[in-house]
Amino acid sequence: MRSPEITRRQALAGALLTLLPAAAGCSDDSSGSGGKITLQFQSLAWQEESVAANKELVKEWNAAHPDVQVKYIQGSWDSVHDQLLTSFEGGEAPDIIHDASDDLADFAYGGYLADLTPLLSARLKSDIPARSWETTTFGEGVYGVPFLQEPRVIIANAKWLKSSGVRIPTPDKPWSWEEFRSVTKELSGDGKFGVAWPLKEPVSVTLNLGLSAGGELFHRGEDGKVTVRFTAGDQVVPGTIQAQINTDHSSPTTTLGSGGSDTLPGFFGNKYAMVPLGFSYRQQIVQQAPKGFEWMVLPAPAGSAGLAQGVSPQTLSVSEDCEHKKEAMEFVEFMLQPRNMVRLAKGDWMLPTATEALADPALHTEKDGWATGTALAAYLRPAPAQSVRGYPEWKDKIATPAFQEYYSGAIDTAELEKRLVKDGNLVLARYQR
Amino acid sequence: MRTSKPARAGQYVALLCYLIFIAFPFAWLISTAFKPPRELATLHPTWIPKDPTLQNFRDAFDQQPLLHAALNSLIAAVSAALIAVVIATPMAYVMARHRSKLSTAATGWVVVSQAFPFVLIIIPLFLILKNLYLINSLPGLIMVYVVWSLPFALWMLVGYVRAVPPELEEAAAVDGASKLRTLVSVTAPLLAPGLVATALFAFITAWNEFFFALVLLKTPEKQTLPVVLTHFLGAEGVADLGPLAAAAFLATIPSLVIFAIIQKRITGGMLAGAVKS
Repeated sequence: MRSPEITRRQALAGALLTLLPAAAGCSDDSSGSGGKITLQFQSLAWQEESVAANKELVKEWNAAHPDVQVKYIQGSWDSVHDQLLTSFEGGEAPDIIHDASDDLADFAYGGYLADLTPLLSARLKSDIPARSWETTTFGEGVYGVPFLQEPRVIIANAKWLKSSGVRIPTPDKPWSWEEFRSVTKELSGDGKFGVAWPLKEPVSVTLNLGLSAGGELFHRGEDGKVTVRFTAGDQVVPGTIQAQINTDHSSPTTTLGSGGSDTLPGFFGNKYAMVPLGFSYRQQIVQQAPKGFEWMVLPAPAGSAGLAQGVSPQTLSVSEDCEHKKEAMEFVEFMLQPRNMVRLAKGDWMLPTATEALADPALHTEKDGWATGTALAAYLRPAPAQSVRGYPEWKDKIATPAFQEYYSGAIDTAELEKRLVKDGNLVLARYQR
Repeated sequence: MRTSKPARAGQYVALLCYLIFIAFPFAWLISTAFKPPRELATLHPTWIPKDPTLQNFRDAFDQQPLLHAALNSLIAAVSAALIAVVIATPMAYVMARHRSKLSTAATGWVVVSQAFPFVLIIIPLFLILKNLYLINSLPGLIMVYVVWSLPFALWMLVGYVRAVPPELEEAAAVDGASKLRTLVSVTAPLLAPGLVATALFAFITAWNEFFFALVLLKTPEKQTLPVVLTHFLGAEGVADLGPLAAAAFLATIPSLVIFAIIQKRITGGMLAGAVKS
C-alpha cells in the first residue's frame, strides 16, 4: 500500500503541472494550420438587426480574406467583465473583443489588451474625434476603438407637449436646466408628472448629464492623482432632479428604483410627459408604443457648458495574447469602414463615433428622432469617471446609496457632498498609493 | 391530535396563498410570452393577452439556436445528475453508517463549500480545464457541474441513508445475506426516492446554471440555454422582452415535465411499514 504522504505529494505535483502551462499564457486559438489564420471575434450585439449586421460583415470579410478567417462568437452583456477576466487569466480570450469603454480600464492597466497605437490607420485616427479616443486611452496607450455611442435624450409625448404650449427645445435652442424644471412643473398635476426619472443607476445619469453644467466631480491633479470635488457645477443636475421629485412633485418618487424600460408603461399611458433615456431606447418605443401614440426626441437640457454630456462608447479591442494583432486590427478597420459603421449604428439604434459615418443621410432623418441624436454627437465627451481607478467601488459603496438617499429626500445637499467627497476620497486614495 | 375545522381552513388558505405566490412569476411569464409588443408596456397590464400571438416564439427561434442550446443543456444536466448520484451514493453510505470525527468534519466542509462564490473558483477551474483540453466542451462543463453539485448531493443522500433503519440491514445479515446483497436488495430500493430527489436537484442545478457555462463555453454551437437566453438582453438590462419571455417559458418546461414524472417517487412513502414498531 502506498503511503498517504506520497499520494498527497503526487496530487500537489499534478495540480502544479496542470496549472503552470496555463500561467504561461500559451494559446494557439488564433493560429490555424497551413498558414491560414483564424481569429475569434466576440460580439455583444444583441438586437436582431445588429446581430444580423455583425454576422453579415464577418461573412463579407471571410469571403474576401480566405487566409484570415474570422469566427463570430456571440457574447453577452450579462457578466461580460467576469467572463472576459476569466478568459484573459486563462489565456483563452477572444482575439477581437467587443465591450464598452468604461469596462476597459482594468483590462488595459492589467496588460490584457493590446495597445493599438502602432496599428491604427491614419483614416481611423482622423475619422474618430479626439474626444472619443480619450475614452479608450489609458496612460500612453489606446486600448480600443470607440465605434458606437448613445447620448441621453428626452423622449417626450409629442401631443402632450404641443398642446401644453411649452417651448419645444431643439439642439440649437435647448432648454436650460431651470427652464426644464419650470416646464415639468407646468406639465404636472392631477396625478400626472412632467418627467419620470428612471434612477435605478443614479450615478452615471447624474455624472454624465452633469457635464452640461460644468460638473466634473473627478479632478486630476498635476501628480496624476484623482480627487473628488463637489463644485457649484456639480450641484446643478442633482439639485434639479431632487427639486423636481421632492419640492415641485413634477417627477414621481416611484421611478427612483426603476430602469428605463420600467417607465415606458407610464409614459405610454400618458402618466409622464417625458422620460430621459438612452438614445437606443427608441427601438423599444417603436416596438411597444400604442398605435397613434406620438413621441419625439428632445435634447437633454443645457447648462453653462452647453449640451455637453458624458458617454462610454462601445469599443472593439484586440487581446494582448492575440498572435496576429495586425490581422485582427485589419478586421476592425474593415468593420469600422464608414458604410459598415452606419450599418452597425442603425442595427443598434445608436450613433457612430466616426465623422464620415455620422454624416450619412440615413442617420439624419427626422423619423424616430435620428436627426436630434446626430446633432448631439458633437457635444459628447468621455464620461467623467472613464479612467478613474477605484470608480466602481466609489460608485457602489459611496455614490449610489448617497444619490439614492438624496433623490428620495432623506439627506440634504451638504450631506450628499460630505459623502461623495470625504468618504469618496478615502476610497479613491486606496487605489492611488 | 385532531385539527379543528377553522384551523384546517386556515391551513388551506395559507397553502393557497403560498401556491399563488410561487405560481405568480411563472403565470406572468406565460402571459408575457403570448403578448404582442404593444401589450408589453401598458399601464394596466392584463393577465390574458388581448391579442395573443405566437410571434414571440417565432422571433425567439429565429434569433437564437434555442433547440440546439436546449439539447446541450439536457445533455449537460442529465449527465451531471447521473454522475453525481453514482459518485455520491457510496460516499453518503459510508458517511452515514460509519460515523467518525472525519465524517463529521467532511459533512461540515460540504456545507461550508456551498458558500464559496463562483468568481472565487472560476479562474483556477478554468486553468485546470484548459490544460485538460476541456474548455469549450460539454464534458468539461459536466465535470464542473458534477463537482459543483456533489457536496450538496452528498449531504442530501447522507440524510436519506440515515433514514433507512439499520435494523433492516441487520435483519438481512441475520438471514444470511452478504453485505453487497444487502445493499443491492434492501438498502438501494429504500433509497430510491432519495436518489431520485438528489438527481432532480443536480439536474435542476445544472439546467439553470449560467455563469460556468458562460465562461467555459465559447462557440455558439456549444452554449447552453441559460447563456443563450441572455442574448436577448442588452447593456444596462434592456431586454427584448417578448422573445425572452417565450424562450424562458420554453426553458422551464423540461424541468416541470421531469418533476411531474418523478414527483411521486419523491413523495411516495416507500418506508411505510418497513419496520414494526
